[in-house]
Amino acid sequence: MANEVLIEIKDLTREFDGDIVLKGIDLIIHKNEFVTLLGPSGCGKTTLLRIIGGFDDPTSGSVLFDGMDLLKVPAYRREINTVFQKYAIFPHLNVYDNIAFGLRMKNLPESVVEEKVRRMLKMIRLEKQAKRNIDALSGGQQQRIAIARALVNQPKVLLLDEPLGALDLKLRQEMQYELKEMQRESGITFVFVTHDQEEALTMSDTIVVLNDGLIQQIGSPVDIYNEPRNRFVANFIGESNIARGKMLKDRRVEFEGHVFDCVDRGFNEDEEVDVVIRPEDLKIVSSGEGAFKGFVDAVIFKGVHYEIIVMVEDREYVIHSTQNANVGELVGMVVAPSDIHVMELGV
Amino acid sequence: MVKKWLPNAYLCLIFFFLYAPIVVLVLFSFNASSRATGTWTGFSLEWYVELFEDRQIRGALGYTLIIAILSTAISMVVGTLSAIGVYKLRKKARGYVLNVNYLPIISPEIVTAIGLMILFQSIRLNFGFTTMLLAHIMFSIPYVILQVLPRLYAMDPNMAEAAMDLGATPWQAIRMVVVPEIRPGIFSGALMAFTMSLDDFVISLFNTGNGVTNLSIEVYSMARRGIRPTVNALATLMVAIVFITVLIANQIQLRKKVRG
Amino acid sequence: MNENIKRFSYPYIVWISIVIVIPVLLIFLYSFIQSTGEPVVFRFTLQNYRDFLDPIFLNVLWHSFIIAAISTAICLLLGYPVAWVVSRLKPHRQSSALMLFILPMWINMLLRTYAWITILSRQGILNKILARLGMGPFHMMYTDFSVSLGMVYNFLPFMILPIYTSILKVDGHLIDAARDLGASGSHVFRKVMLPLTMPGIITGVTMVFLPAMSTFVIPQLLGGGQYIMIGNLIERQFLLTGDWHFGSAISVVLMAFILLSVWAMKRFDGGGSQAGTAGKGALPW
Repeated sequence: MANEVLIEIKDLTREFDGDIVLKGIDLIIHKNEFVTLLGPSGCGKTTLLRIIGGFDDPTSGSVLFDGMDLLKVPAYRREINTVFQKYAIFPHLNVYDNIAFGLRMKNLPESVVEEKVRRMLKMIRLEKQAKRNIDALSGGQQQRIAIARALVNQPKVLLLDEPLGALDLKLRQEMQYELKEMQRESGITFVFVTHDQEEALTMSDTIVVLNDGLIQQIGSPVDIYNEPRNRFVANFIGESNIARGKMLKDRRVEFEGHVFDCVDRGFNEDEEVDVVIRPEDLKIVSSGEGAFKGFVDAVIFKGVHYEIIVMVEDREYVIHSTQNANVGELVGMVVAPSDIHVMELGV
Repeated sequence: MVKKWLPNAYLCLIFFFLYAPIVVLVLFSFNASSRATGTWTGFSLEWYVELFEDRQIRGALGYTLIIAILSTAISMVVGTLSAIGVYKLRKKARGYVLNVNYLPIISPEIVTAIGLMILFQSIRLNFGFTTMLLAHIMFSIPYVILQVLPRLYAMDPNMAEAAMDLGATPWQAIRMVVVPEIRPGIFSGALMAFTMSLDDFVISLFNTGNGVTNLSIEVYSMARRGIRPTVNALATLMVAIVFITVLIANQIQLRKKVRG
Repeated sequence: MNENIKRFSYPYIVWISIVIVIPVLLIFLYSFIQSTGEPVVFRFTLQNYRDFLDPIFLNVLWHSFIIAAISTAICLLLGYPVAWVVSRLKPHRQSSALMLFILPMWINMLLRTYAWITILSRQGILNKILARLGMGPFHMMYTDFSVSLGMVYNFLPFMILPIYTSILKVDGHLIDAARDLGASGSHVFRKVMLPLTMPGIITGVTMVFLPAMSTFVIPQLLGGGQYIMIGNLIERQFLLTGDWHFGSAISVVLMAFILLSVWAMKRFDGGGSQAGTAGKGALPW
């Protein structure tokens, strides 16, 4: 990946009638990167996207694009295109004219338009439907048209606002793969907004986790999953067991009344911390062997694995295991030092 | 169980009540007698001849059409653009604007009429063509807005943004994407504006002058002067126009259905 | 971007302020002032309202109310069964029937009202027919009867259409359910249909009563020069006697009266129905 900076967002805020939606966002997006803005609804991710697209203006802060002030450029002159949540395909135009819209706006000769649109139609495998009306097409086809309509303009950045939300599960997974392919082939920077953590983990080079108008963490999918920086990220990305603990010194953490080896360092001595353990990282062993133990409260068969809930006093631990356990049984649990993730104390 | 014929007979009776006067109007336009009472004295086209020779009525017809066309065209454009703007207003501001917009629709015509009359008088506008046109535009725009707004709400909220995203200026976005989307609303609003302008009497009566009249005002003054069969002739022509328009519209709709 | 498009509404906001808001304020203002002398001096007064308290004018108001109320009641009694019958027709017949109700409204209302003179006058068609049957002649024109008839004739469709819409909205299974639970025909109507179609009734009543209360055309054409309703009173002040201040005061009284009536009706309805929204955009006068 070329590490050239494309978009630089500095201390961006946005207020709607006294409601602060973005509270100082700093973010750098590189060329040819697949960036996902991930967060629950109302976290400000769509607002951030709309500001980049030119459909909304920030209250303060700056956005540089290739080193130039982007905020002075109106939406229709930005080299950025958007795939909208409900696609916003023009219903009075057919498939072909929808895709040709942006090219015609640039007053390109019709022969060039034709060639480019044909290529796009081929890419999204809708050549035969070129003259069809939009409402004669399925959701998945409309989705592909929306993407083609944007990509045909060869923008530097493609913004995607929860584009897969309206599709069913199977189609969504197919499209995830397809989108990633398109991004790799076109070399265009994708900024993708979603609240679906699985989507984010599958497709992104970089994930930006947002909550309540603030960036919680920026990192690669692996980093974010394995080293969540706080309780919010740990909870939002995948399932987590979070325990209150104390950092005795570097690489030594105490929780559930036991001292564990871990790989984290850099905390103060005896600092209160949150400890994250992913359900698949906890292993059930016989009650005598475990580092800490509890009673099996429930077992749910999930297909690939069992979800086992173990109560340690009044605290619940979720374990994903291929092995079954018996409800009511006293079991021990172990966890490898590298699977213990220590975070700053959250609220 | 009520007998089947009773409801149908009742319905027919109501239709008779609604259409009998129209039939009477048409029939008596061909009556030879100059007194438009219930006596049939023979077939004649005399009143049509008199109608076409009546310069007063020809003039009124001219004003009616010009004002209807102008006020419809203006309120169609202004109403559509205003509706697009109102649609983007914040909820509270939009509420205020729409409430004011409803006022002429829900207040009695005569109150609207005198309000405008006082307004025009206060700003020393001479009563005549201009005041009548302004008055028609005033009562037409709210209907256009009310027809267009639901269409805007039904539209994908990102539609205009999508056009601008693809390089259209705001004007182009409105012209090329928003207007085609809301076209049915614009047309039905314009149709309402046009028919109401053609038909308007009360507001026109109070806001005209200098010999400018429209058909309704002419009918009113003719009816007040005494009953003349020329009114029947005029009415018959209007009935004919309405029915032919409706027939054509129906035919077009039928054809659309067959094709679709 | 939104800011740009929002600006399209600004000229209209200015426009409606001038042609809608200011006229209302002017009517209020005019009703509270008197102009005297030359050059004209305006001064604040309640005299215009005091003038209206004259029994003659109060009588006109009361008479207008009675005529409008009677016409509305007749429209309701005639219109509800019509709406019901239409709603039981086959769908394609329903739309034809509705079309037939709307069609006359596209013909100039003055002309349609005027036609009744030919029918109702002393030597008119109706009296001729009655004479054949050995009755009459009856004096029908220029009476309360002819005026009410003109109102029913003009406003009946405004009663039928909203009631029809509200009948359509009633789930047919509810009637079956009521029957199933042992309700007789009249019970079904009183306990199920009537409450459920109340929003349509309220809208219809509003849409008929308000224009009936304020019209001056129908009383002028079918009531004759001596027949005065409140609409005629206002018209005369502006077009005949030129006392715009008194005319404005009467208008304010009329509006207050109408608002009061609508409010009373909404209360009668218990606030349960959405009369206001159903009729919006379709009020006829």
